[in-house]
Amino acid sequence: MNSVNDRSRDIGPFVPAPDDDMLICRCEEITKGEIRQAVHDGMWTMTEIRRYLRAGMGLCQGQTCARLVKGIVARELGVSPAEIEPATSRVPMRPIEMRIFANEAKEEEDYEQ
Amino acid sequence: MNSNAEVIVIGGGIIGNAAAYYLSKRGLKVIVLEGSDFIGNGGSSRNGGGVRQSGRDVRELPLVMYGIKNIWPTLSEELETDCEYHQDGNLRLGKNEKHKAILTKLADNAKSCGLDVRMIDGEEVRRINPFLSDEVTCASWCPTDGHANPLTTTLGYYKMARRNGVRFISGEKVTGLRMIKGRVRKVICASGDVFEGENVLVAAGFDSREILGTVGVDIPMTRSLLECLVTEAQPHMFDQMLGTAEADFYGHQTKHGSFVFGGSSGFEGCNKDNGTPVSSAKTAPCICRGIMKYFPDLANAKIVRTWAGWSDKCADGVAVVGAIDEVPGLYTSCAMSGHGFGIGPAAAHQLAQLIVTGTTDVDLGTLRYDRFKAKI
Repeated sequence: MNSVNDRSRDIGPFVPAPDDDMLICRCEEITKGEIRQAVHDGMWTMTEIRRYLRAGMGLCQGQTCARLVKGIVARELGVSPAEIEPATSRVPMRPIEMRIFANEAKEEEDYEQ
Repeated sequence: MNSNAEVIVIGGGIIGNAAAYYLSKRGLKVIVLEGSDFIGNGGSSRNGGGVRQSGRDVRELPLVMYGIKNIWPTLSEELETDCEYHQDGNLRLGKNEKHKAILTKLADNAKSCGLDVRMIDGEEVRRINPFLSDEVTCASWCPTDGHANPLTTTLGYYKMARRNGVRFISGEKVTGLRMIKGRVRKVICASGDVFEGENVLVAAGFDSREILGTVGVDIPMTRSLLECLVTEAQPHMFDQMLGTAEADFYGHQTKHGSFVFGGSSGFEGCNKDNGTPVSSAKTAPCICRGIMKYFPDLANAKIVRTWAGWSDKCADGVAVVGAIDEVPGLYTSCAMSGHGFGIGPAAAHQLAQLIVTGTTDVDLGTLRYDRFKAKI
């Protein structure tokens, strides 16, 4: 979509909150406070949060926490969650063993048998 | 807000962010323009994390050796970000005589530049990394190579540069440069915004070619899609960076425990990408087959994610770093040819020094933008 986003816009200071130690990304054990702090460090998009903190990069690939993270980022930036782009979903849909993923080239042989 | 700066940096990847950091540290006013919606969205976040000297063209060696000596060891502390830098060596693996010849030549070239790299046999390879299969019969071994986390390193530079007051704007795609009174001055964007800088640094990967073209500079490069994958976390196995003689596979185990591996299917030059770097169905299974030949123990490790990224591949496979003589005030670091992450901090550091003082610690003469000559 490409929309101009000035990362120097003042979003106010980081204010510690009592629930900052709440786990949001269970796979990678990332807390609400870490996500909020990352926003104040300049990570204003889901993609950047993911790359900086690993939130949503674990076994479930963000299928559990992505909505929660989006809500936290939006609130911290003072915008609607609808304005925050989701991070890219990536292949494979479910974790898959290397020896099975590797079978792609044998598909034809398997059909013949 | 003021759209003037002492330096306008085009491209918010590792080089752009690092240059902005080093320039702001020296007190300069800097604006960084990133064309995509995300900081660090190109090769900087999509590579395999190698911080290596061995296997490089000798023309890049002095710059990358400078970075490994002076920048990487203290980078995590400097950026207040865990860059996960490991300096535990690089094994470049070979399986046959042809591979051995390639590796020996690379090692001999690197040795002539003063790099500690040597050929070792299969037995010694497995003493260093006992998980490698018997198919590996030789390797080049460079103990001062290593790897780091490209995501946190790139964003760490961004965080610190932003903290130093650098203005970052994402989604601001640059379409051209304009000269005024014989110097580069204006930076024109697709949005209609115009920025003015006393100096302009173009570090926009493949897009650098089009941007530099607007002031008559052409750097011959193509774009090639490279792909990576990552496994779930595994028990700790080894800390070396790995590559192969034919550069068809590379990777390491991260601090998190996952293995990041990059590789190729042979279709890199003609992938169907539809304008976005997406994984193809062929490559990840091909990388898996390659990995299992080297590491039989990883056959049951689960792949959780695959991704792709563009490499800005120079006509001669070597980076372009330095000032553009015909356009005073213009600098570039592009055509990094798939080795931009490891060398990026050093390139940015030296360019910042060049912009401020007019001198560099490392001679950038071999990386000039005008070194390309026709074959006859």
